[in-house]
Parts: sequence; C-alpha cells; structure tokens
Amino acid sequence: MRRYRTPLLLALGLAALIVAPIGQGNYIVYTLCSWLIFSIAATGLNLTLGYAGQISLAQASFMAIGAYITALMTLNGVHWLLAMPCSMLACFAVGLALGFPALRVQGHFLAFVTLAFNTLVFLVLRNEDWLTGGVYGLVGMERPGFGLFDTSKQLHFYYFTVAVFAVALAGMWWIVRSPWGRAFKALRENPIRAESLGVDTRRLTLLAFAIGSAYGGLAGALVAPLVQFIEPGSFALVHSLRLLLMVVVGGAGFFFGPVLGAAVVILLPEVLRFTEGYYLILYAGSVIVLMVFCPTGLIGVYGRLRQRLFPQRVVRGDMATGPQL
Amino acid sequence: MRRQSLIAAAALAAATFGPAVGTVAQAQDKVLVPCVCELSGAGAVSGSNYRDGAKLALEEINAAGGVLGKQLVMNDYDTQTDPQTSRALVQKAIDDGAYVIFGTVYSGSTIVNMLVAKQNGVPQITGSEAPKITQLGNPYIFRTSSSAAKGVPALTAYFKQTLGTKKIAVAWVNNEFGKGGHDVFVSQMKGAGIDVVADVPSEQGQADFAADVSKIKESGAEAVFVYLNEEESARFLKEAKKQGLTVPLVGEVTLTGQKVIDLAGGAADGAYAHVGLTTGADVPSIREFARKFQAKYGRDTDHNGIKGYIGMYAIKYVTELVGSFDREAFAKKMHGLTLDVAKYPGMLLTTSWDDTGELSRESFMTKVVDGKQKVVGLVPAN
Amino acid sequence: MAQFIQVLLSGLATGSIYAMAAVGFTLIWQAAKTVNFAQGEFVMLPAFFVLIAHHALHLPFWLSLAVGLAAAVFVLGYLFKRLIVEPMLPVTGLPLIISTMALAIVLKESVKEFYGAEAQPFPELFPQDTIPVLDAVVSVQDLLNLAVSLSVVTALTLFLNRTRTGRCMQATAQNPDVAEILGVNTRRMVLYTFLINAALAALASFLISPVYLAKFSNGETLGLIAFIAAIVGGFNQIRGALVGGLLIGVLDNLTATYVTAEYRAALPLVLLILIIMVRPQGLVGTSEGRAV
Repeated sequence: MRRYRTPLLLALGLAALIVAPIGQGNYIVYTLCSWLIFSIAATGLNLTLGYAGQISLAQASFMAIGAYITALMTLNGVHWLLAMPCSMLACFAVGLALGFPALRVQGHFLAFVTLAFNTLVFLVLRNEDWLTGGVYGLVGMERPGFGLFDTSKQLHFYYFTVAVFAVALAGMWWIVRSPWGRAFKALRENPIRAESLGVDTRRLTLLAFAIGSAYGGLAGALVAPLVQFIEPGSFALVHSLRLLLMVVVGGAGFFFGPVLGAAVVILLPEVLRFTEGYYLILYAGSVIVLMVFCPTGLIGVYGRLRQRLFPQRVVRGDMATGPQL
Repeated sequence: MRRQSLIAAAALAAATFGPAVGTVAQAQDKVLVPCVCELSGAGAVSGSNYRDGAKLALEEINAAGGVLGKQLVMNDYDTQTDPQTSRALVQKAIDDGAYVIFGTVYSGSTIVNMLVAKQNGVPQITGSEAPKITQLGNPYIFRTSSSAAKGVPALTAYFKQTLGTKKIAVAWVNNEFGKGGHDVFVSQMKGAGIDVVADVPSEQGQADFAADVSKIKESGAEAVFVYLNEEESARFLKEAKKQGLTVPLVGEVTLTGQKVIDLAGGAADGAYAHVGLTTGADVPSIREFARKFQAKYGRDTDHNGIKGYIGMYAIKYVTELVGSFDREAFAKKMHGLTLDVAKYPGMLLTTSWDDTGELSRESFMTKVVDGKQKVVGLVPAN
Repeated sequence: MAQFIQVLLSGLATGSIYAMAAVGFTLIWQAAKTVNFAQGEFVMLPAFFVLIAHHALHLPFWLSLAVGLAAAVFVLGYLFKRLIVEPMLPVTGLPLIISTMALAIVLKESVKEFYGAEAQPFPELFPQDTIPVLDAVVSVQDLLNLAVSLSVVTALTLFLNRTRTGRCMQATAQNPDVAEILGVNTRRMVLYTFLINAALAALASFLISPVYLAKFSNGETLGLIAFIAAIVGGFNQIRGALVGGLLIGVLDNLTATYVTAEYRAALPLVLLILIIMVRPQGLVGTSEGRAV
C-alpha cells in the first residue's frame, strides 16, 4: 500500500486543483492562477537554491524577460505556444551568460551579480520605451486560444494554467530524479567532496542556474496573458526577494516546498487583509518567527514534528545546514 | 487507506467550497462604492487622503438620507501601490458587488486596473492624472482632477506671455506621473516656439539633485518647469537655492503644495505652480471643506482629499440625475455633463466631463510667498 | 570647470553618507558572516526615535539625539543580536538573510503605521551656510558630513587595530573557535560589533535625515547602495566602505551630469558586476582565499 501512497496523494492534489475554483468568484480564480504561476517560478528558484545551493536574486527579472518576449510576440500575432519556448530559451541563454563569469570567480558572488542584474533589467525595461512601452508597459495581450478551448474566461485560463503547472512540475521531477539531479544534491551536501569525486561543480551550478532561470521565463510567459498588462515595476528587485521568501518559507530543497511557500506568500496576505495596515507587520513578523524556530521552512515543520513524535533514523543529513552564502 | 483518502478528499472539498457558501448576500438597502486605493507603500499618503476625503463626503451624504434612499457603503481595498494587486482588487470589488469603483490614485495602477472595470462595465472614479488614462478608449473611467494634458497648456501662456521665456529647462521624475507631464510639456513648448535647452529626468526617491541643478544652470535656461513628486520637489528647491539658481521655477500640481513648503523651508519662496485644486484657494467652498476635514481627522489634507470628496458627491449627483442605480446609464450621463456648483455644492467648483472622461474645471496659479501658498490668479476651465 | 567641481564636491558629500551606512555592513559581515538586508532600515529608524523624543516627549533637541542614539543601540544592536541573530547562528546562511529581509519590512511598516507615512522634516545639526569654493558652492553641512565620516572610519580603524578589545573583535571575526580557546569572550565581542553597527547607523541617520527627510521608505535605496559600496570598496576592510561610498557618490553625480540621467542608477550596479569579475575582494579589500 505504501507504494501507492505517493501517486495517490499526487492524484488527490491534482483533483483538488481541478475542483478548487468551481463556484468561486473571478477574483479567487485569478488569485489561484497567480499562485500556480509563482509556484512555477519558485520551483525554478528552488533548483538553483535548494538543490544547487546558490542564491539567485534575479528570478523576477527572468520572469520579466519571459513576460516581455511573450507579450511582444503575442501582440504581433504569434501564438503563445510558439512564444513560450522562445521565452524559456532566451532566459536559459541569459542565465548561462550571466552565471558563467559570476560562478567562475567564487560561488557566493552569484547572489550579488543577480541582485545587480535584476535592477539593471528593470532600468532597461523602463528606459527603452520604444521597445517595451517604458513606464507604461505593454497592454492588451490576448489570452491564447487552442482551437475550441478559449482561455479568455478566467476559469478556462485557470485550467490552462493547471496544465502548464503540472507539466512544469513533472519536468522538474524528472530533472531532480535524473543523474543530474543527484549530482546537484551532491553539490549541495558537500561541494568539496563532490569535486573530488569528479563532479564538475561549476558547470553543474551553471546548469542549475540556467534551468531555474528558464522556469522563471515560463512563469513570465504565463503572467503576460493572465494580467494582460505588464510593466517594469512588477518585476523589480523586491519581487525577486519575494520569490526567495517563497522558496525558503516553504522549504528550500524540498520538492513541494516552493508550491507551499508560494501559497503562503500569496494567499496569507489575503487572509490577513482584515487587519488592514498591520498585516504586513504580522506577516513579516511571522516569517521571522518561522525562520528562528524552523529554518528549514514549513515543510521542515512537518518533518520536525514527525521527528519529535515518531523518531526515525536521520535520512537527510544534508538538511542540517542549509545553503550557504 | 482508501477510506482515509475519501475522508481527506471530502475534507478538501469542504474546505474549497466553504468560502463560497460563506459569501454574504448583499443587503438590499446598501450601495457599495469600494475604495480601491493605495493605503500602504509609496502611495500611502495620496491614497489615504483620497479615501478620507471620500469618507467625509460619504458620511455627509448618508446623514442627509443617502442616495435615492439607500445608504452608501465604502470598504477599503489596499492596493499597496502595486498595479497588479490593484487589478486583482478591482476584480474582487466587482465580485463583491460594487456599483461604482472609487480609485486608484497612482496612474500606473489605474492604467492597469481600469481594464478590468471596463471589461465588467463598472464605472470608475479615479484620482490619477496621467494623460494616457483617458486616451485608451474606456467609456467607464472618469477623473476627479484634470490631467497634465489640461493643466500644462495653462502654463504655456504663462511662460510665453508673462515671462517671455525663450529657453526653458524641464526637470521631471521618471515615472508614469512625471513622464505624462513631461511629454505634454515638450510638445506644448514646441508649439509655442520655446527651446527646451535642458531635459533632466530624475528617479523617484532621489535625494541628491546636485547634478540636476548643475545641468540646468549650465544650460542657460531662463525658466525651469519642475514636475516632481512632493519630497523630490522640496529637495530640488533646496539644492536650487544652495547653488544659486535664480531663474523662475514653475511647477504643476506639486511644486507649491504645503508639504513641499514645509519640507523645503525657506527655499520654496518664489516658486510658482499651476494647480487644479488646492486647499489654500480663496474659494469659500474649498475653505469649508478644509475646515471640515481638519475637524474630522485632525490634520490637513492635500488635493487628493478634495478629489475624493468631490468624486463621492459626483456619484451621488449623477445617480440622482439618472434616477436609478444603473451603471450603463451612469457612464452615459457623465459624458458631456456639467455640474454647476451653485446647484451641486458638493462639487466645490463647477465641473465638466467630456466624452473620454477627462475633466474640465477652473484652476489656479499659485506662488509661494513667505512660506505660504498664495493664489495669484485664476485660470478658466479649458 | 565650476560645474565639475560642484558635482564632485556634492558627490563626496553624498558618498560620505553612503560610506557611513556601508561601514556597518562590513562589520556585520565580518562578525556574523551574513548580509544584513535591514541595514538601510537601521539607518532610517534612529531619526524617528529622535523625532518621537522631540515631538512627543518634548525633550530638547540635543537630548533627543542622545535618546535616539541610546534607543538605536539598544534596539538595533542588542535586541537584534539577541532575538534574531543568536538563535540562527548555528544555521548560518539563508534563514538569517531572510530574517533580516523580514525585519526590514517590519521596521519599515511599523514606522509607517505608528508614526506616519509622510516625510518628516528633520532639524539640521549643522548651520546651513554655504561656502564658495572655486566657483562652486558647497554647504557647511556637506563638509562636516565628510569630516565626520572620515573621522569615524579613522577612529574605528584605530580602535580595531590598536586597542585590545578591538583586536579581540578582529580575532573573533577571523576564527571564533580559536579566539575562544585563547580566552576571548566571543559572545561579548560579537555583541560589541552589533552595538557599534547600531551606533554608526544612528549617526548616519542623524546626518542624512536633514537632507533625505525622515521617511519610512528611506531604507530601500540607501540599503542597496550601502551594500554595493561595501562590496566595491572591499567587504573585509573598514576602509573599503569609505572608499566604496565616496567612489559611488562621486561617480553617480558625474554620470548624471555628463553621461546619462536615465541610467544613472545603473552605474553602481555595473560597477558591482565589474568589481566582482575583476577584483572580487573589492578595491582595498584583501583576498580571502579558498577555505580548502
């Protein structure tokens, strides 16, 4: 029976996703779409951060690149199914280009370089208004149509997003389970030992970063038709920090951590909205408390509780120290 | 195992359907005019003033019997000055059954969220001033203050005739607000044959204006058009005084505001600005409003408070003119409408809207004298 | 020429403020091997303590400054270390960084909610007179800001190198275990580091706020620039913060005047990327070397 537990839980999760928006207003469906899209971006960041141990502060700028490329292409008549892979490829290439010189030097400098990169992208998007619409952004992207299935209605777009989300997560699952994925984990657990065993740490880290960036591009490609308006301010540094928050709060290095983290970061403010001005304080305060008491994130909470109540032998020793700066 | 899964599935379904069932049905004698405003983030001051002005009007209206016998209810939806959040919140407000949407103030947010209101056919009363808002063909958007497209041309005559300027510099903030004003200004100057010798953009939140003032000094401009947000205006004025920039500094909306004067200290003296609304205007209705606001909230307000106040009264008057709570008729009625202040005192000044939702109203030329904003001229509605 | 001098002098003045904020970064990095994302808010907050003391408690201004300093040192130094850093020291790295980010939000929003969202004027510490220098105009305040920054950095460097406590602090930063073996009270040394950082941030706050105006959102831009200044100058040297800060202040102004105003904010970022590629230890930093 244990063998069937994981597939059953997955099927249950999928069913819940399918059932969730029925009977809800447009706003809730819209928020759920937003959650799924940010989960995709956060999952990409999780690969870079949780599995390869590198801090990237540029995930929002990759979303920006994906969103703008998709928007420009769809505004000029290209179908989303063609625009999306272009966005992902572009982000992958940019990720490689950005990571290559940064990682050549010393591991933790990727964080600083990505921080600068994010703001630079923002500046370019804002100033080059001949291409990007500048401060006013690009407006009026059509939602993609797939023959009879038109995604203009919020509910249809939601199911479209669920499909993309499922495919993206399946892809990530495959990456993590593959030999690459195991090399990533070795990289995170003990980079020195991994290198001594012949794992090319720099190339792997670069690959993880590039794939994570491509996922950011995919999320961006979904944001453009969802909001039907993009402007540089939505992809500023603060949003990269938000994505980082999602990954860490959910549990860096756990597969579903980013999904949970995205739910917390996007849905919790809604729940706390009744507190009016104080909700940001409460929210940030709870994050601090969470970090103090459970640095491995929310999924780690479950693990810790289980450890307390049903002690088992320690399986994941690499979780003791999280990613280093 | 299977039973556990079934129970779990049932619990999950209950959790997802629960909120839907909990939605409160609308009480029949209340009308929702939600305020989707910036109550936190960079726009907190503007949004709060807008909401508070509207609330003042709302309480007066309700005390006098409401609109067509029904009471107005205004719930707050804090956009956090984030355009995407504001878009989602407009959607939420519409889901909750809004009659007319009140907000937003920041142009960047309004451009985004008004698409949602447009798609759903819900009228929206905004406090934003970027020209683009009324150029996108939205029949449901209505301003509470004229855009830069109306305000800046009033200054052209001032530059050309009163000051006789041939060479001018423009200092502007590089966001939706500043860019809108800048673009209108540049085209106006071209039409008037005045040379723009220095074009100096700056960042929102910038503290060091040494380079900006220095460039303007070097360019030989005879006057400067300053289009910045309040704090930056104050810093600019201080730097201009320090570096000895003596040419006239003329602004639109922000430069002579009380906040700018407070922050700039003596450096603000001598600055001119054209303003659509000011709490310092020598108009009895506006003075009365400022007094009421101060009495209720214990602080002074800015032009955003006035915008909120008249916006709420506009909703009342137009609805009564239409005779029912019909959104389509509301929007149609407002196009081309003029509300004379004598018959509709809540508007504070005679106000007109055109077919795009753009607003026309008389405005003021102001100057800072001895640390106070003084109205030195009236500009008729254009 | 006059324009160049004007812009240069203003740049030095602004840069000295960045330097004050950046010095704290380098200290915290050396002491706790972590980046304090709330450093900008640490510089924003003490001004509000002073305003509260001055307006709400009606204390005279000089006393308010002292109260503000004391409050800052207690809250941003002692409480910060005790409540946030200490529980997370065993798990260095990301959770602490996220906590500092969250702390930045808490501080910012608290000021906005409990004090006010509007920018507040802050009384000047120094007279506002201006001095003409070779066709340019510089204010007394600018000169004094610069002087204070230089003297603070010098004093701090002397303290760390010449006094016993200072050397103990350095030892703790370089190798806490060995320092402990040799009899250094490492916990107290780390505490001193945080207290000094808080004091420096408070001082920077008092110098900046007359110009920047006390506002809850001051921390955002300032924090980022201070961070970049620290890296560009050299993360493991106090001097580095000064060099980085002054350099960025001057280059920023020069770029805005002579090159481009729209991309002026890009300059510190490009500089950061260049420095990391070419000389990762910073302009005056010493190379850290690999652990293995």
